[in-house]
Amino acid sequence: MRASKHDKILLAHGGGGQLMDELIRHHILPSFKNDTLAELGDSAKLNVESSSLCFTTDSYVVKPLFFNGGDIGKLAVYGTVNDLAVAGSKPVALALSLIIEDGFEFELLDKILANISKAARQSNVDIVTGDTKTVEAGAADKVFINTAGIGVRLAGVNLGFQKITVGDTIIINGTIGDHGMTIISQREDMKFQSQLKSDCAALAALICELLEKTSGIRFMRDPTRGGLAATLNEITRSTGLSIEIHETAIPVKPAVQAAADMLGFDILTIANEGKFIAIVSPESADDCLNICRNHPLGKDAMIIGEVVQTRDVPLVEIETRIGGKRIVQMPYGRELPRIC
Amino acid sequence: MKQNTRNMLDRIYKAQNLMDAACEALGRQINIMEVCGTHTVSIFRNGIRSILPKNLKLLSGPGCPVCVTDQGYIDTVLQLADRDDCLIATYGDMIRVPGKDRSLETKQAKANVKVVLSSEDALQLAKDNTEKIVVFVAVGFETTAPATAVVVREAAAGSIDNFCILSGHKLVVPAMRALLSGKNHNINAFLCPGHVSVIIGYGAFAEIVEDFGRPCVVAGFEPVQIIEGLCEICRQLSAGKAKLKSIYSAVVTEKGNTAAQQTIDECFEPVDGYWRGLGKIEKSTLKLRDKYSRFDAFERFNITETPGEERKGCRCGEVLCGLIEPPECGLFGQNCTPQEPVGPCMVSSEGACAAWFKYGQEKRRKR
Repeated sequence: MRASKHDKILLAHGGGGQLMDELIRHHILPSFKNDTLAELGDSAKLNVESSSLCFTTDSYVVKPLFFNGGDIGKLAVYGTVNDLAVAGSKPVALALSLIIEDGFEFELLDKILANISKAARQSNVDIVTGDTKTVEAGAADKVFINTAGIGVRLAGVNLGFQKITVGDTIIINGTIGDHGMTIISQREDMKFQSQLKSDCAALAALICELLEKTSGIRFMRDPTRGGLAATLNEITRSTGLSIEIHETAIPVKPAVQAAADMLGFDILTIANEGKFIAIVSPESADDCLNICRNHPLGKDAMIIGEVVQTRDVPLVEIETRIGGKRIVQMPYGRELPRIC
Repeated sequence: MKQNTRNMLDRIYKAQNLMDAACEALGRQINIMEVCGTHTVSIFRNGIRSILPKNLKLLSGPGCPVCVTDQGYIDTVLQLADRDDCLIATYGDMIRVPGKDRSLETKQAKANVKVVLSSEDALQLAKDNTEKIVVFVAVGFETTAPATAVVVREAAAGSIDNFCILSGHKLVVPAMRALLSGKNHNINAFLCPGHVSVIIGYGAFAEIVEDFGRPCVVAGFEPVQIIEGLCEICRQLSAGKAKLKSIYSAVVTEKGNTAAQQTIDECFEPVDGYWRGLGKIEKSTLKLRDKYSRFDAFERFNITETPGEERKGCRCGEVLCGLIEPPECGLFGQNCTPQEPVGPCMVSSEGACAAWFKYGQEKRRKR
């Protein structure tokens, strides 16, 4: 059911007048029913149970907007919720800003808003404030979303690079590369048909359970852009320690691996949206792994490597499936399809 | 451990032991050149160099299509990209190769450069953009040449006159001959390319074995196939033999894909052409035959191919000939990185410099 008489977003929908009021009251508010948002104040007033908070923001510009396993709306909620969770906090509230291109279809906007609403409910957070802007055709690609989030830090949890020590174990909660290869293969200009599905998911519940039930977690991060390679390199750069991972231990779906091979991508550099890595003390590794494997978002969890002493310079090294060794570099940032 | 993983590792250990024994018996440095970018990447990605005998050295030869493309060709593409009436269709690897005037990536902002995954996509671009002349940057070896030939024939049959190709297609065997005819080469044997052999057949390398006495072994791309290929070469060298052998028999035959060969032959003729690092090589480059000349971008825009100048300090040419290893180039890792490449070997994911930079350990440790 569409509440507007317009089929498409017009510049005036961001103009602060009647059309904007209509957009907010008929499309946005009904999607995110909660008392704080309904006040439509200049700021949201929040009551949280602690003064120790985590605060983060992220912008979403994914193309295509809808992909197998998710859409820009789901990503915008999960991405920010996951950033809060890996920092050791329980997400409580999100701000949502939309930048919409003139001419964008209301039908698609409503679909995105519905997915945002669903993702927020699943993640147990409210959208408490927001903003909408419209820009001329060509000034944005359909719709861009920014979310900012607040999380309450879990008592007794203090994660950070400085906690990581030699001998720590590295755990991942499941297969890598699913999101990135899904997006790449669905890009219109690639015309690459596939059955891949993004892993985008809210990890907060699983992460909170891990942090509440175990005590040996030193550090967590979600390996999104740049994949596992970027995240592990960030750790070695920040700690001065080195990391060794084992190719045979890293979970990858065969179809995802095949797609990456076909296009010449290194799966370690491909983005994930429903994965975290946890650096844990060796004593708590089994407990963490068990908790993960009993959760739907961690059933394929694996210990993939360990933190080791640096010999010359901090490196991420991988032991390959044939027992050879090579380094894993920080990715360049833009992978290109190969010739043959 | 799964049974097939166990089997694979057993085969690798067996080959490793045989190779160790052969190399020890030889007691001198052995240089084997791989002539295929996919081999280069697989060797690095799987850490194969780290498990080879110490006196066995792998040289990454002219097997990456982007890398062997002469600077003059690159500059020609960049000039065409500046024309308002042209739309450049290129494989992704080419867009970041720097030329005299920046790279195609910088021209992409003008929206007249499109990355395509196949020659068919390039032809479709021509059908969709009738107001532009679509120029397909046709590079690659015998593997990609048939796909280019097919679309040229389609364009001719459908009278798609706003389509043309800038053929930079190269032939592998003339390059191998040129390498071995060079004075300074140090190549003891070739690990021959799997994909190219599917098309041209392993029999095509017989002349290298006969004329130059160098073992030629065709192998697939799995680490176990590469290691078994290297093992076969070491054993031949240790026995003082030079033979032609394919251990990629599942897909490579002696005669190759004759239909693909005929397709290439029907559309193209081999002419003398320029290679980066190797210079002009006789009958090494594919030119469209006269009957298809209206689809030849060289003819259409009246361009004469001239050799380009290497960028200052860039030693890609020597890398391609196996004369130096990438870290020996003064620019490597400092002034030439995948982020800011100077030479094509650092741009292409299959380039030797990019593979060294991405996966190599030695240089990084020393720095």
